[in-house]
Amino acid sequence: MALLEVKGLGLEFSSPGGTVQAVNKISYDVEPGEIVAVVGESGSGKTAAALSILGLVPQPPGKIVAGEISFDGQNLLDLSEDEMRRIRGRRIAMVFQEPMTSLNPLLTIGRQLTEAMRLHLGLGKAAANDRAVELMNMVGISDPQRRLGQYPHHFSGGMRQRVMIAMVLSCEPELIIADEPTTALDVTIQAQILSLMQDLTEKLGVAMVIITHNLGVVARYADRVNVMYAGRIVEHGTAVELYRNPAHPYTIGLLNSVPRLDRPRGSPLEPIPGNPPDLTALGRGCAFMPRCRFATPACGEATPDLQDVGGSHVAACWELEKIRSGKAA
Amino acid sequence: MSAYLIRRLLGAVVVMWAVATLVFFMLRMVPGDPFLAMVFDTGDPAAADDMRRAFGLDKPMYVQYLKYLQQVLQGNFGNSIYGSGIPVSQIIAEAFPRTMSLTLLGFFMALIIAIPAGLISALKKHTAIDHGVTVVAFLGLSMPDFWLAILLIIVFAAQLHWLPAIGYVALDQGFWPWFSHLIMPAIAIGTPFAAIIARMIRSSMLEVLKADYVQVARSKGLKHSYLIFMHAMPNALIPVITVMGIALALLMAGAVVVENVFAIKGLGRVLIQGILNRDYPVVQGAILVVSVIFVLANILVDMMYTVIDPRIRYQ
Repeated sequence: MALLEVKGLGLEFSSPGGTVQAVNKISYDVEPGEIVAVVGESGSGKTAAALSILGLVPQPPGKIVAGEISFDGQNLLDLSEDEMRRIRGRRIAMVFQEPMTSLNPLLTIGRQLTEAMRLHLGLGKAAANDRAVELMNMVGISDPQRRLGQYPHHFSGGMRQRVMIAMVLSCEPELIIADEPTTALDVTIQAQILSLMQDLTEKLGVAMVIITHNLGVVARYADRVNVMYAGRIVEHGTAVELYRNPAHPYTIGLLNSVPRLDRPRGSPLEPIPGNPPDLTALGRGCAFMPRCRFATPACGEATPDLQDVGGSHVAACWELEKIRSGKAA
Repeated sequence: MSAYLIRRLLGAVVVMWAVATLVFFMLRMVPGDPFLAMVFDTGDPAAADDMRRAFGLDKPMYVQYLKYLQQVLQGNFGNSIYGSGIPVSQIIAEAFPRTMSLTLLGFFMALIIAIPAGLISALKKHTAIDHGVTVVAFLGLSMPDFWLAILLIIVFAAQLHWLPAIGYVALDQGFWPWFSHLIMPAIAIGTPFAAIIARMIRSSMLEVLKADYVQVARSKGLKHSYLIFMHAMPNALIPVITVMGIALALLMAGAVVVENVFAIKGLGRVLIQGILNRDYPVVQGAILVVSVIFVLANILVDMMYTVIDPRIRYQ
């Protein structure tokens, strides 16, 4: 049984400009110990979808209008705030995007690292401190005992993200949600942090949902990938399937817009033209149509559903046949 | 840290000197003369001259000034001109505890009202409670303190007979007598300050609740009350500390007026009477003491930052 199953999740935000359909009937699952990526541009609804798993979407203005989030057989949307609180940090933990602002500036690292353990695991002060030292070692922070007494401003961005990872691992959760965990970091640090997360999740058998706009991250670390566009999942498959054989024009566009070592040097990058659509005014057709070079007038009539492309690979596009033959030609 | 403190204290001495000098010359620019008023009834100008000589006020102004500075440096504020010539230090020693009690109690009353009010209105943003707090805050802010003082006297002293209307009892005669005399003036001077602080706490709390680290704390499954009190509130109080130095000024200024309503013989009364009588040494001494409190309070506030915010360290 899948550890996490998101089924037909719909999430709206009411704003002065109208209702924003941030997440539109998305479904995906995560097996125990697996790394699943959710890829998309800013504003594609990937963060909102992740926050709704933990029940952290502010309501109002947010509102979950459809679907179910089943975790270990239990629908998280049915739980009371208190039951949900016991899952947060204990069974599902989250790493956020901004390590520089994710730690409370007035509390010591030790305090912030141990408070969840003391609450969820009922550890005493000394036991929690011992475990904190162990965790700091695990995420590669030297001199942990001294560092625990320091404050966030004594730590660099990369170090803070290591602290965040230690914090997230502290209660041995079954699932970690990582929302752009390396976007705010230097490129050289990014790889370190991601490798660390991969090693630790593998060693501890923790499943991870990694939210990113960086396809390089996906290629290297994810088992399976969901590509999101305008609040919908437009393509899903294993990382290999998606890389070797992208089916949706948006995925193809994304892959063409990042530099790759397996292409000739000097070959130009092709950005996707246009901008993401206004989520308050989505038409009935495919949301990607205005930016799509394969679009036909029929694409504006209705939104395509996900269709099999082979294996576990699915994509939501009306012109899959044409694209496939076009690539072959 | 200690180097910083020494620098600040040296700066404070300079400020004190400037205040003393300014007050000294300003007082002497005020029209009127302490002695002429005193001998007005008897109408003997020669008596006034004698007294002027006795207080050294017949000398050129720069001589008076240097003599004054010399005395102050020795801790001598001179004697009161008016009345029986008692030492100014004695007058201040008697009045100062009253004003300080009133100011500090006003300060605590303000915080006791403002912190819960600000927190509640932030946590219940845009509800009836929030709007209610806002309305009360603006009322409190726009009400003159002496008027509120009179209202309090009418209700709690004249009508209900719960509290004494006027006077002051020293703390060493028991807490309740002291407290019951001071609570109404303290509320009167503390209310405008409470209104300001409550609004400040509301907005800074709303800001902090949107901060990433609060979201992170929530994602750790921390209890709501723990999250509010341990994570959010200390951050929300930082801007409040900033205005505490200013607040003390506000409260002392309020005390000067409100002391008169409640017939408390504090520094305010001493000052006002001193000014009316052109009692130079008394006014000089009282203002100097007030400004010492002021400068020290501001240094204290800056020190408090380092306690609450580990990012701030003075070199």
